[in-house]
Amino acid sequence: MKLSTNFVKDYIDIDVDVKTLAEDMTKAGNEYDSAEKLVNATNLVIGEIKSCKPHPDSDHLHLCKVDVGTEILDIVCGAPNAREGIKVIVALPGAELPGGVKIKSGVIRGEQSNGMMCALYEIGIDKKYLSEEDKNGICELPQDAVPGEDPIAFLGLDDEVIDFDLTANRGDLLSILGMAYEIGAIYNKKLKKELDMSHKENGKDVNESLKVDVQTDNCKLFLAKRAENIQIKESPAFIKNRLIASGIRPINNVVDISNYVMLEVGQPLHFYDSDFLGNKLIVRMANKDEKLTTLDNIERTLNENDIVIAKEDGAIGLAGVMGGLTTEVEEATKNITIESAIFDPVLVRKTSNKILRSEASNRFEKGIAINSTYMAIERACNLLEKYANATIITGTVVYDKTKTENNLLSDRNIKIKYKDINDVLGTNISKEEILDVFKRLDFEIDYSDDEEANVCVPRRRLDISIKEDLIEEVGRIYGVDNIQGKLPKLEMKQGNYDKTGRAIRNKMIDLGLNETLSYILINDKEVHKFTTDEFEELKLLDPITVDRNTLRYSMIPSLYKIYEYNYARNQKDVSIFEIGKGFFKKGEIYGEENKLCVLMSGIYSLGIEKKQVDFYILKGIAEELLDYLGYENRYSFVMPKNIPNEFHPGQTAEINVNNDIVGIIGRVHPEVTSEKVFVMEINLDKLLSKKVGGMKYKEISKYPTIKKDLSLIIDKNKTSYEIEKELKKAAGKLLTNIEVFDLYTGKGIDKDKKSIAYSLSFGANDRTLTDEEINEVLNKIIETAQNKLHAELRK
Amino acid sequence: MKEQISKIKESAIQEIETANDLTQLNDVRVKYLGKKGELTALLRGMKDLSAEERPIIGSLVNDVKEELENLIQKNEEELKKAEINKKLEEEKIDITLPSTKIRRGSKHPVNRIIEELEDLFVSMGYDVCSGPELETDEYCFERLNLPKGHPARDMQDSFYITDEYLLRTQTSAVQARTMVANKEKTPIREITAGKTYRREDDATHSHQFGQIEGLVIDYKENHVSLADLKGTLEVLVRTIIDKNSNLRFRPSYFPFTEPSYEVDVSCFKCGGKGCNLCKQTGWIEVLGCGMVHPNVLKMNGYDPEKFGGFAFGTGLDRLAMFKYGIPDMRYLYANDVRFLKQFDRKDVD
Repeated sequence: MKLSTNFVKDYIDIDVDVKTLAEDMTKAGNEYDSAEKLVNATNLVIGEIKSCKPHPDSDHLHLCKVDVGTEILDIVCGAPNAREGIKVIVALPGAELPGGVKIKSGVIRGEQSNGMMCALYEIGIDKKYLSEEDKNGICELPQDAVPGEDPIAFLGLDDEVIDFDLTANRGDLLSILGMAYEIGAIYNKKLKKELDMSHKENGKDVNESLKVDVQTDNCKLFLAKRAENIQIKESPAFIKNRLIASGIRPINNVVDISNYVMLEVGQPLHFYDSDFLGNKLIVRMANKDEKLTTLDNIERTLNENDIVIAKEDGAIGLAGVMGGLTTEVEEATKNITIESAIFDPVLVRKTSNKILRSEASNRFEKGIAINSTYMAIERACNLLEKYANATIITGTVVYDKTKTENNLLSDRNIKIKYKDINDVLGTNISKEEILDVFKRLDFEIDYSDDEEANVCVPRRRLDISIKEDLIEEVGRIYGVDNIQGKLPKLEMKQGNYDKTGRAIRNKMIDLGLNETLSYILINDKEVHKFTTDEFEELKLLDPITVDRNTLRYSMIPSLYKIYEYNYARNQKDVSIFEIGKGFFKKGEIYGEENKLCVLMSGIYSLGIEKKQVDFYILKGIAEELLDYLGYENRYSFVMPKNIPNEFHPGQTAEINVNNDIVGIIGRVHPEVTSEKVFVMEINLDKLLSKKVGGMKYKEISKYPTIKKDLSLIIDKNKTSYEIEKELKKAAGKLLTNIEVFDLYTGKGIDKDKKSIAYSLSFGANDRTLTDEEINEVLNKIIETAQNKLHAELRK
Repeated sequence: MKEQISKIKESAIQEIETANDLTQLNDVRVKYLGKKGELTALLRGMKDLSAEERPIIGSLVNDVKEELENLIQKNEEELKKAEINKKLEEEKIDITLPSTKIRRGSKHPVNRIIEELEDLFVSMGYDVCSGPELETDEYCFERLNLPKGHPARDMQDSFYITDEYLLRTQTSAVQARTMVANKEKTPIREITAGKTYRREDDATHSHQFGQIEGLVIDYKENHVSLADLKGTLEVLVRTIIDKNSNLRFRPSYFPFTEPSYEVDVSCFKCGGKGCNLCKQTGWIEVLGCGMVHPNVLKMNGYDPEKFGGFAFGTGLDRLAMFKYGIPDMRYLYANDVRFLKQFDRKDVD
């Protein structure tokens, strides 16, 4: 909302400068984007062109002698309309114009020029507000302009404008009157005058010539009046200037009056050409696929959620949003019908989102107080009579269902205890101060005693309906700055948080991984990658781009994108992880799961060892995490039955905890990338649902451990897991540890065999083992290796 | 005999003094003081002496022996020291050569902020709560006093999956869930941090961003007030952004609180004088907050006549940008490893 301070000063005195006003309004909850002069230019005077000759050295420049009151200046001017006798705006040497333009004396193509004659857009009036003449040449002032005087004041453009960024609940501030009340409350002033609605009424009552038939509940109030014999012409300067200051383009006196009243009262009006309207106005919901050509000459296709104004033979306007072309007020219009109505805010919003968001629709959406509807139509008559020589027809067509509706539309009483105010604000504001706030807001007090008051909220304040709203008003006007902050005095208690999530994050960081934060929205083409799980993908109804149109299921596509981003920037050593969510629909269930995703490629270094990342490094990270979380000895890595297409079929495993698959780990398929990239994803919800016991001290044996090596030549496809399992089973509990220390294939070993060497540790907690005991166990192991595993001992 | 002794003594001293290392010195010791050493031989030869001479010569030999032993010991220490020094000299390294890197990973700046805030609020007795990111319209909007068609929904244009399901636009959805779960059984003191989504993407908005929200609901008798909210947010801002921050509460409008405020923080770049960061205003908008709207209490199972409290929320991405001087929000989501690796040190207390 752009507030013209000249406009609002009609109703309230303002003693402070525009910046102070804007800041004080901000403190009261009305933020602003800018507060400045409408014309931000210095050193401008009125001049009169005394003579105008062509420049000898140019085909379009003029050499002018300009009387600026105190002297005659030589000015070179390129405007086509520069000519002897016209009054103009002159920027004197030293003037500063918007956009950082500085005017200096100088020589233009060999001729002295001491200043510049200005077009209106050059002093800061946007071209969109200007007539064709004003867009194409310097501004020609009326002949009564006096050289040497201030042209901005002469034109009435000496206005200051605050561009407010208002909150959605303050529809009342989308009007000059509402602003005047608000400013009055802040500075403790009353309005200077009331809205002038006076006019003569003539002829037979309008109800005899016009019927209004409201067929929908979505219009609660509809008023219509008629004006005849109007004269369409240019608006008086004050109307044009105030519209421009408020960001609205002046068109002609009649259209401008409808906008002027909207700005002043907050009620959008619509004017119809009566001669094309007939004698009946219908308000109804549009039919499905009903067509309407709007003012902008675009054919719109409507639906059952659009409110329309119609004649018997079809829609003539989109209620609250835009009029139709057939009943538009034009140069030739003589008689008009004025509509002042209230339409359902939600539906207007929906329609305007589709068609056009306008000053009018904005006001309907925020809500309009019914007295504004009644006032606006009378105010329009007042101005039409004054500035368009209109004859106002007697009477008003009234459709009013507001009385039966909720009390928000009328004045309302709210009872409030002073203690409640102070309890909520944490203050100690006295009864007098509280009542003073309501007085400043122009809220009447019906009744008050030492504990409570009955406050009558005027209907213009649609945002106030409960006592909390009144508490806000007290806080606002009393000033939040005056409230001292403190911490709540509440019962002591312990705060809880998810320690496991943090522990996992810190463990991954300890292992040298960098934490990422990725987008959960991905391209639908990616969503089934890196997984064979079955689920329905979740697509956005209205995505911004195709690349972000679907919720991810696996996090691997997100992290792989990050890898690609870094790879493209020559960052090839990437060890990253993220804890995040994957989303899915399975059957009728919409769900999401917490996941941990890791991606590693290039060189991994933690401490002294720098190694090219391989499967076993990532497996080591997985094991370290699982051990850390307490799953030691409860997990295994198994070859999956179904391997997702994006994984290397020979370097991929499922992570199995308590015979339940909780994750996948493996190399990205060489067809996806020729680089060695390894990824892992663990479903944390699934993993952490498996309970673990507390950490307990284990007795350390006082007796020595004896180590033996065992080297086997065995079938290449026998996995280490299978071999270990059998050997452990054969050994019993005297075998305390078994570790692979060498793996060899190649020269000296059959093609379908491998050599694998184990380091075996033996010991007991209660004695030193004898050689006989150890040999007995070792023999059992060897026997199993040879007979069960068909291995050969390697010497 | 005496002469012989002093001769041995002299040559022994000379040899001790000239011994260059511990081996030579040991050789000298063996030569004179060993079992077959010269001085030992002298002692053995004493049996040929007279009874008068024996004690005199005996004590003389012993004196020499002691003197030589002392001297050897002394030189031995010196030689040892010299030897150590030589070894140390040989072991001298270039301490300016690069270290063996022992590098932990790093925590994403947004998660650093989340953990810092969680720690702060947990220390004041708040619980950290979480909820779904794929949320229902009911919890995201309706239970927060934002019925369908409410103009304030404009401020948060949403990503819907169906008519009912959407990506949550605000972490406040968890507040509604917490209230419904507790249903007046207990007061509530909670915060929620996490990802939120809105249908906008430009230089200053990311369609995915982080938010943190806090909620306090307690019995009316405990008078949780706007003053308490102000004090709480002062602690928050002064912990995360700057110890010397000033706060400005501006009345505003949110459907879930009444009264509602936007909170500006004095510009930490210019100290409030005005700069390009604060657009010359001296203030930076950081938080939204207010006293919980009675409709929100009612809709989620708390009687507004018996309970009251406050709620607040702020953007995590902006806090991270302020705290670490990150100039562009998109850096947070690009995940360049050179960016990520920078966040590996402890914050200043």
